[in-house]
Amino acid sequence: MKPAPFKYIAASSLDQALALKAEYGDEARFLAGGQSLIPAMNFRLARPEVLIDINPLSELAGIDRSDGETIRVGAVTRYRALERDAGFLNACPLFADALPHIAHPQIRNRGTIGGNLSHADPASELPAVATAMRARMKIRSSQGERELSASEFFVDLLTTCLEPEEMLVEIAFPASPPRSGSCFMEVARRRGDFALAGVAAIVSLDEDGQFTDVRLALCGVGETPVDASEAASSLIGQRCTDKALEAVAAEVQATISPSGNVHASADYQRHIAGVLTRRALASAHEWVVHA
Amino acid sequence: MPDDAHDIALHHIALKVNGTSYKGSIEARMLLSDFLRHELKLAGTHVGCEHGVCGACTVLLDGAPVRSCLMFAVQAHGRELATIEGLAAPSGDLSPLQAAMHEHHGLQCGYCTPGILMTMTAFLREHQEPSEHEVREALSGNLCRCTGYQNIVDAVLKAAETLRAAAP
Amino acid sequence: MTTRFFGAPVKRNEDRKLLTGRALFIDDVELPGLLHAAFLRSQVAHARINSIDVSEALKRPGVVAVYTAEDLGAFWQPGPLLVPPPPIPGIVFNTRTHVPLAKDTIRCAGEPIAIVVAESRYIAEDALDDIAVDLEILPAVVDLEQALRKDSPRVHADLGNNVAAHVRQTKGDYKRAAAKAHLTLKRRFRYEHGISSPIETRGVVAQWDERAEHMTVWDTTQAPVFVRNVLAGALGLGEGQVRVIAPFVGGGFGPKIMMLYPEEATLPWMAMRLNRPIKWIEDRFEHFVATTHERGQIHDAEIALDSDGRVLGVKDVFLHDNGAYNPYGLTVPINSQCTLLGPYVIPAYDSTFTSIFTNLTIVTPYRGAGRQHGVFVIERLLDLAAHELGLDPAEIRRRNLIPKDAFPYKNEIIYQDFAPLEYDSGNYEPVLDKALAAIGYENFIREEQPKLRAQGRHVGIGIACYVEGTGIGPYEGAKVQVRTNGKVSVATGVGTQGQGHFTSFAQIVADQLGVDVTDVDIVTGDTDRFYWGAGTFASRGAVVAGNAVNEASLAVRKKALKFASDAFECSEEDLVLADGKVSIAGIPEKFIRLGELAQRANPMRGAVKPGTEPGLESTQYFGPPSGATANGVHAMIVEIDPETFDLQIRKYVVVHDCGTVINPMILEGQIHGGVAQGIGNAFFEKLSFDEHGQLLNASLADYLLPTSLDVPRMILDHTVTPSPLNPLGIKGAGEAGAIPVGPLFAQAIEDALQLKGRGIELLEIPLSPSRVFELIGEGGKS
Repeated sequence: MKPAPFKYIAASSLDQALALKAEYGDEARFLAGGQSLIPAMNFRLARPEVLIDINPLSELAGIDRSDGETIRVGAVTRYRALERDAGFLNACPLFADALPHIAHPQIRNRGTIGGNLSHADPASELPAVATAMRARMKIRSSQGERELSASEFFVDLLTTCLEPEEMLVEIAFPASPPRSGSCFMEVARRRGDFALAGVAAIVSLDEDGQFTDVRLALCGVGETPVDASEAASSLIGQRCTDKALEAVAAEVQATISPSGNVHASADYQRHIAGVLTRRALASAHEWVVHA
Repeated sequence: MPDDAHDIALHHIALKVNGTSYKGSIEARMLLSDFLRHELKLAGTHVGCEHGVCGACTVLLDGAPVRSCLMFAVQAHGRELATIEGLAAPSGDLSPLQAAMHEHHGLQCGYCTPGILMTMTAFLREHQEPSEHEVREALSGNLCRCTGYQNIVDAVLKAAETLRAAAP
Repeated sequence: MTTRFFGAPVKRNEDRKLLTGRALFIDDVELPGLLHAAFLRSQVAHARINSIDVSEALKRPGVVAVYTAEDLGAFWQPGPLLVPPPPIPGIVFNTRTHVPLAKDTIRCAGEPIAIVVAESRYIAEDALDDIAVDLEILPAVVDLEQALRKDSPRVHADLGNNVAAHVRQTKGDYKRAAAKAHLTLKRRFRYEHGISSPIETRGVVAQWDERAEHMTVWDTTQAPVFVRNVLAGALGLGEGQVRVIAPFVGGGFGPKIMMLYPEEATLPWMAMRLNRPIKWIEDRFEHFVATTHERGQIHDAEIALDSDGRVLGVKDVFLHDNGAYNPYGLTVPINSQCTLLGPYVIPAYDSTFTSIFTNLTIVTPYRGAGRQHGVFVIERLLDLAAHELGLDPAEIRRRNLIPKDAFPYKNEIIYQDFAPLEYDSGNYEPVLDKALAAIGYENFIREEQPKLRAQGRHVGIGIACYVEGTGIGPYEGAKVQVRTNGKVSVATGVGTQGQGHFTSFAQIVADQLGVDVTDVDIVTGDTDRFYWGAGTFASRGAVVAGNAVNEASLAVRKKALKFASDAFECSEEDLVLADGKVSIAGIPEKFIRLGELAQRANPMRGAVKPGTEPGLESTQYFGPPSGATANGVHAMIVEIDPETFDLQIRKYVVVHDCGTVINPMILEGQIHGGVAQGIGNAFFEKLSFDEHGQLLNASLADYLLPTSLDVPRMILDHTVTPSPLNPLGIKGAGEAGAIPVGPLFAQAIEDALQLKGRGIELLEIPLSPSRVFELIGEGGKS
């Protein structure tokens, strides 16, 4: 399974990379970690005429926590860097739960957060995490810059809103508010496989233990990550009870339209989406209570 | 129609493998796995799937295990790689992990073994006293169809023990 | 012989090469001027070929040649029937073997249509896109029951239906048995076995030396001798002009013995035409369609029992998915048919199968080779019967085991070796007892399970028994030669794909000749070194080749002792053969080294007595009269998440009897690997086809092989009931681990979720969490 021929350019600067992408448009792809792109190229499912290698652009990698409110992560930051940064994991605990589910260490040593989000596989964990966390996606082209919410970024199956000349350059995550807890859980056939369903939950509680905010996003059950926070709105002002959580789970099940795949039927996906919703919310709640 | 629109430009690369410097002049699309095996004649690294799942092609890139089938050789320009050929000492003495694999019958056909050796060599550098579960987690990105993994796990645990005993 | 190495867990001779990356695998073969082949394969399962236009491909720089079926001329013909149908009365068998390249009709996705030969594999794959094929797509035959309908499309137009074979075998009188039964149970079972998926795919390198008129072929085959013979015939060469080398092979498991694969036939032919060496390495995507599969069967089976749970008879009618062609005959369904009988007394048996042509990849043996399907049926029937009769599952099995004084036990029906199925030896009850003890059966049922259930946990246990026919003929041979440096060279015709022949055979030789096991070098799979024999399959390597090695070693031992007794002028009884020397017992300083004896046995002058042979070497053959039957019991405890239906294996036990054991370490490795494949079969691996015969999950990301987190630590034990059919008493062991895992999962999951009490039965494999969820949902509805 050898890839089709392509022209290879190792970018020397971000401006150059963007200029090249503007020139070649859809004929060119950015090469970051390559852990999704290169298998597709080996299968000849992807046949870019030009590869612009952005790995040399160290300015696009790194975690910036200087601003206490926001954690900025460069798009070419590798999963490996994220999982080894205790400060980052502390600030964004959903990542601590989600990262071990992403493929295997060998993949995480190369793959990047920007590459993952730009690939927009709905069964992938980080698009759901970004959605739950209300991440802001910073996009650049040689013409300028724009910023979008995660929900606006993920448009369709394997499709983002990125125009042919654009690159995702940075993702900004709001710092966890006080008295909040999070949990990411998924069901997959084997460790590291794509999720049959996964849930990212963030909850905030007031002094009386009542929910003040609930963020809920699912992977694996739609064409894009599914923001199911609305389904959890019944929890606001409530305490955490089994009945309350079951109601949210049922609401989530009613909202989603999983399509099924070779590993699981749509009914099974819907079923475990409900199970994981309950479990993730309970776990996130526990986190706050015991903190 | 033949693609003359594409230039079959050759890229000149220089890299180190197991401490030795190598040069190459290759097409951009040449996979690192093919470069190692057929250009550098370091055929110890094996190819099992070319889509990043089986792990047989795992090598160390600047010390970290990566799938050589998911990198183009051009991306390795200026980098340092380690492959199975570099594990044994110049004297021929097997590394503690290689020796433990032999002791514990951790290989049968041996085809997945290079990837496992590289993955677990890196793992043992970072984990001096791993639990069985940690070993199995670290191993889970390397597929073996012959052994059922049990003896490989035993070999890794034994190698960890050997390395601990030898540590200053 | 003195046993110093035989029976010991000797570490492997072959390891160093493999551990240092210096073992030669097929893709490591590099030759000057090597060209690379890529095959254009059909994307559709059934089509008529109207035209193939390769003109654009030929224009591509770097492309040396492009071939289609037309170009092969007289070389193009359907391959031989490798395994003819067994001599069963009334058998229907329609031979339709595969061809090297599709000519008029494509019958499965993956069937090769054209071959590109180029300077690199990269360029060859580019050129595949240049080839234009005009096809008329035809409806595909995929579903087994639909395939038998009168209005079904036909895989082979010249056949009036899709029947590849129809076989009925009977023993006793089932009708009478059922009439007397206290209980009869009938169910439909579906069993799918998957693909071998070794980590190394297939490959062929062919090199033709025009001056010497000699062909060398490196091939990942399990049967190098047969490949040589068939290939020589096909190419119009003498067998001595063809050398087939099976180098280190990265896992075989069965499908690497099918032959001649199109690539095995065409690479040498092209090498002769182009007068340049050519390499083809199967990539993983190709492997999913281009290497043979095992797949599914549908069984409608019925069991009749008395009120004590003793089996009076079994009746089974099943459909077998053969794939598009049947060069490998009926090995798989015959194995299913025979292995269903298991270790049990089944006085009446009526088994009928229809092997069906489908527009899918050919089905040939893969580790277990159809035994899994039969074992699933009988083990599930016994469980269902146990439930009906209020018997413990282990107890119903115990009551039906063949007693130890009943051997050799005649099961009458014809087995894959064409002989009536006869179990040579066995002692089944101790194996069951050991397995029950090792899994802690009593304690689990009485204490642990109730305790854990009270805590809201869902744990279950399963137990499964099987008998495996192994070590079948026809024969193998071995040449053992003591060299003048005292080391011993051995050559045999079987190939090696990881099962440790380089060590286990060396152990046999080392003990017979009194040398160190590391001083014995074994060559397998090189027809220049040994060109008689059948190959590695059917768990027969140790039994048949091992015994041939033993016979040859014994012959060499006798020669050495004879020479030494002449030299010392003493009787052979006074001699000791050890440490590479022959010495006089009690006078260790009077010795001759084996190497020197070898030298003396090949004098430059003097007379050699008539009737003697020079040197210390011997070639001997061994052919068993029939297969030796191994047996075993597996037991497993699982815990299931009652909401996600994912499971953890908490404990796994295998107790196995393969007769005399050469190397317990290697044997355990074989069991571990077999169980891992069994777990894959039962719980992870499934080929998903659509109704057009397209494989939807042709990648390792979607065809799920078990990882180190999915295969548990196993507890192994064994008993030894030697086979009377060979001097070493060995029985085969290579497939054992893989055979009974399916019924084990079905039982244990049913038990963990207490499904029987809810009227839900698991009668199919593979199971997955999603499938269990679906089956419970369906059961819940009814």
